[in-house]
Amino acid sequence: MNREEIILAIKDIITTIAPDEDVGSLKNDVRLREQIELDSMDFLDIVMELRKRYGVQVPEEDYKELATLDGCVAYLSPKLQGKVLKVGV
Amino acid sequence: MAQNRYDAIVIGAGMSGLAAGIRLAQFGKRVVVLEKHALWGGLNSFYKRGGRRYDTGLHALTNFVPKGTKSTPLAKLLRQLRISYDELNLHEQTWSRVCLGDITLRFANQFGLLAEDVAAAFPAEKDAFARLVDEVRTFDAFDAEAPVRSARAEIRRFLRDPLLIEALLVPICWYGSAREDDIDWDQFVILFRSLFLEGFARPAGGIKPFLDLLLARYRAEGGELRTRAGVERILFDAHSAARGVRLEDGTELESDCVLSSAGYPETMALAGRPTTEADVGRLSFVEIVHVLDRTSAALGNDATITFFTTQREFGWRRPETLVDTHTGVICCSDNYATHDPQRDGVLRITSLANYDLWCALDEAPYRAAKVAAESAILDAAAAFAFDPRPHRIASDMFTPRTLRHYTGHIGGTVYGSPHKRRDGRSGVKNLHLIGTDQGLLGIVGSMLSGVSMANRHALMETRANQLS
Repeated sequence: MNREEIILAIKDIITTIAPDEDVGSLKNDVRLREQIELDSMDFLDIVMELRKRYGVQVPEEDYKELATLDGCVAYLSPKLQGKVLKVGV
Repeated sequence: MAQNRYDAIVIGAGMSGLAAGIRLAQFGKRVVVLEKHALWGGLNSFYKRGGRRYDTGLHALTNFVPKGTKSTPLAKLLRQLRISYDELNLHEQTWSRVCLGDITLRFANQFGLLAEDVAAAFPAEKDAFARLVDEVRTFDAFDAEAPVRSARAEIRRFLRDPLLIEALLVPICWYGSAREDDIDWDQFVILFRSLFLEGFARPAGGIKPFLDLLLARYRAEGGELRTRAGVERILFDAHSAARGVRLEDGTELESDCVLSSAGYPETMALAGRPTTEADVGRLSFVEIVHVLDRTSAALGNDATITFFTTQREFGWRRPETLVDTHTGVICCSDNYATHDPQRDGVLRITSLANYDLWCALDEAPYRAAKVAAESAILDAAAAFAFDPRPHRIASDMFTPRTLRHYTGHIGGTVYGSPHKRRDGRSGVKNLHLIGTDQGLLGIVGSMLSGVSMANRHALMETRANQLS
């Protein structure tokens, strides 16, 4: 997956977890928690969906790497290499 | 995976167990929820008698907030379980009240009513009450490391009038204190928010449709529920870590993660570990349900829930007699907003009871005691609502003996042990507590307890457990 696809993948997961949040206007360099209502339980769900959809494992110690969309791209790029974007699962 | 091997075993199909089960099944974990009885729901279950369905305990779903209210326990729970707000089909209360002798404070799903009534009845405490409310709004009640504090002592930092302190404690103790004459401060905060700052609602049709929804979610995700599957004991490996359970029929199920909603002393008994008498709660209840030939409103009572004491003192403790008629909760479950004009009136009254005395009775005296207790309770409660006896279509009653039988709680408790384990720690590796004895209360609270423990112990991965 490339950068744009990873961002799409994360936004799609957020839509699954929090259908009432608007992900369209999310900025890439601002913490997700400052833009939409996401708590630590929701971050666990992002991680669980990454595992379910792409087989990617993220240990608790690394949750902080997913704070922004840019952070997600940097952290997940190597893990999602060669994987296919799944949207609307 | 071997047939009897699970990623997680959940003991008890109550609110916390079902919520934990949904979370685990949702992410592909192989999970089984074990229920001793034929029906699920635990403390919030249902049964049929005389062709009529009764809820076992539901007065109110606390933590009610309007659709779209964010960052509240109800919103967090629905998000975690992926259930939509509309699916709950909640009907709001009219209003409720505390009656402390001749003092009445009303409250509703808009906080303003309580603030007004406090200001009217206790004008000198108006500002102090506002400061207490600010503290309750901002206090971190979920710090599992914080020491246990007395709510009475904390409230006294803000309020001076003992009658106002007493009046606030009546509904809060009634809806969740396992401690006599007090409650832990963090639980006071959680309950104050869920009763007064949030509010009361009832799922349309009572607890059954709500449980149907949970069970459907659980099964749709592939979760397994076994009813009539009582746990005989917890099994251990050579290092004294839990490795599964043995059922009463001899079946052995294995898992490195056992979540128990049985209660702390009850779970320790299953694990063969000692507990002390102080771990067993002293508070038990009797409850009377009357189905009426007309609505509660037609009988002159518009309030949804009335928490009363007959004098200006509360006395939240085990009575020396079978029941204590001086304090109680009256719930008119037909006083939730509904569009059904044909609804029955339903009155429930809950009173404090002495478990040991009820359990010492033989069958004939037990039946006689029920009749006498019912009559005394109805006499006392009539002053705060109405006398349902001339309008009774059907009625039923449960006692501490019934509670012990159906909940398995030692001492017939509803709110469990007075010593809460907020982090869910049982002292046994791989065995974690969920539900009442984790200290989260009400339907929403107990479900969040199941969710948080499932997250922590069966879903979240750390570098250490990824390596293993």
